[in-house]
Amino acid sequence: MPGRTSPGFVIAGLMLVGVCALTWALSAGDLPIGLADVFGALFRGAEGMAADVVRELRLPRAVAVFVCGGLLALAGALMQVLLRNPLADPYVLGVSGGAAVGALAAMLVGASSWVVDGAAFGGALAAMLVVFGLAHGDGSWTQTRLLLTGVIVAAGCGAAVTLMLSLATDTRLQSMLFWLMGDASGASRPWPALVVLVAGLAVVLPVARDLNVLARGETTASALGVRVRRLRYLLYVLASLLTAAAVTLVGSVGFVGLVVPHLVRFAIGNDQRLLLPAALLAGGTLLTLADTAARTVMAPVQLPVGVLTALIGVPVFLFLLSRSSR
Amino acid sequence: MTGVGDPSVLLEAERLALQVGERWLCCEFSLRLAAGECLVLLGPNGAGKTTLLHTLAGLRAVTVGSVRLGGRSYADWDSLAAARFRGLLAQQQPDHFSASVLQTTLVGRHPHLGRWGWETAADIAIAQAALAEVGLAEFAGRDVLSLSGGERQRVAIATLLTQAPRLFLLDEPTNHLDLHYQIAVLELFARLKRNGCGVVMVLHDINLATRFADHVILLDGKGGVLAGAREEVLQADHLSRAFDHPIRRLDVGERILFIPD
Repeated sequence: MPGRTSPGFVIAGLMLVGVCALTWALSAGDLPIGLADVFGALFRGAEGMAADVVRELRLPRAVAVFVCGGLLALAGALMQVLLRNPLADPYVLGVSGGAAVGALAAMLVGASSWVVDGAAFGGALAAMLVVFGLAHGDGSWTQTRLLLTGVIVAAGCGAAVTLMLSLATDTRLQSMLFWLMGDASGASRPWPALVVLVAGLAVVLPVARDLNVLARGETTASALGVRVRRLRYLLYVLASLLTAAAVTLVGSVGFVGLVVPHLVRFAIGNDQRLLLPAALLAGGTLLTLADTAARTVMAPVQLPVGVLTALIGVPVFLFLLSRSSR
Repeated sequence: MTGVGDPSVLLEAERLALQVGERWLCCEFSLRLAAGECLVLLGPNGAGKTTLLHTLAGLRAVTVGSVRLGGRSYADWDSLAAARFRGLLAQQQPDHFSASVLQTTLVGRHPHLGRWGWETAADIAIAQAALAEVGLAEFAGRDVLSLSGGERQRVAIATLLTQAPRLFLLDEPTNHLDLHYQIAVLELFARLKRNGCGVVMVLHDINLATRFADHVILLDGKGGVLAGAREEVLQADHLSRAFDHPIRRLDVGERILFIPD
């Protein structure tokens, strides 16, 4: 948008910060690894323990966390446009609840991690279809109806999760709780989610200006030539798939999906063409920083990453909020 | 009135009837609006003025009769091309996220830009001119959330001017506006009309309709429709029946006023 910073500059700057965050994530930990060794492991096929740690342990985790943050921030930004509600986050329509029900049910019967991932993704898709079908009902598909249906389905999933936790044995209970808090340490297969993230951005960027128009209300958007119904279906399915991929990868990390779009909006305005890619990069960066801090600040104790995202994000958010309300 | 196939005819409706659920809002009627004409829709609350306007804008499916924009039915229009031909001012302006007034106004350029196009300096000049038209030239950098109701309405009107259609469909354009801007805005559309645009608007004020309309459609909310030239429709007995309230005509010099008893 004119009058502000150039879009290319914003995206390039965020990419640079993201690369720095990823580099820190690869270098920091119980075994500090110098930058030269990190680059050697990544690009020159270096041998040795440090190189193995970088390639086998830290790289998958760093990528998983970055992708998860990007997925959640993008999904949150899309949900906020879809529901035209600044308080919407990726979990508001019950997608993460469905994923949790699927994953915990699989854990309850002692399934392997592949099955747990599959069940989480399946549960997320099931919740998405249930909410879509119920909210569609009479064909009206209004914001309020969608939001209410989603919140109720999420509440039902919450009850099912509590029920399963109360039925679980002690040994399984701990891994179930870890899953619910969002556990990046088990995320060793980030590549499918990365594909989802890139594909999601590729789908949404061509319609980004339509989203700006949609913010003016459905009537005005239709009159300006936007195919509103089709666009809203696309937003809903896409945001749900992004959320499902994120939750399957790392778990229900809170805060990123709600706050990162707002942080970016404060900084660069509400033009979706810039906001969506910027939110993706900022979300990935924030979660990477938070996860790296979570596993190093109190090492060997690993903090839940969601706690760190809140501890970093809340003061930044409040600072920007107070500044912008001048 | 003009003949069929005349390029100056912007909008036609033939034997149109509107239905919401089980209820019939108006019986079959026809209308034709040429460039340089202004049609005002009048009627009591819930009579279907907005439904009719949205049907004329192609936003609602037609069940009985037909609507043609520039000689073609909406099914034959590309949605963006239609948006370059006709624009709609919605009754309500939702604002949930902050954005600058200029950015909001530029949304009107959407149908003029390609899929990957960004607004150029020319588009910004168009938006700034539109803001100046509604007295908001100094407001370009302001946040829409900080504006008053009347100022937001004027931003919406500026957005519509930025869209630059030939046919303007206005749902209560004087909403939230003070007396000065009510007249200023209607004068603005009257000027566009004289320059070859067409205007269809929903109004609540009979006296503003008397002043600005060439044609009037009066809905009575019970399915009855009276359509015709201003002088034919705007008569005290028609109005009294439609609004279910005695309305008296006063002749004050050149001006005709209608006041409720």
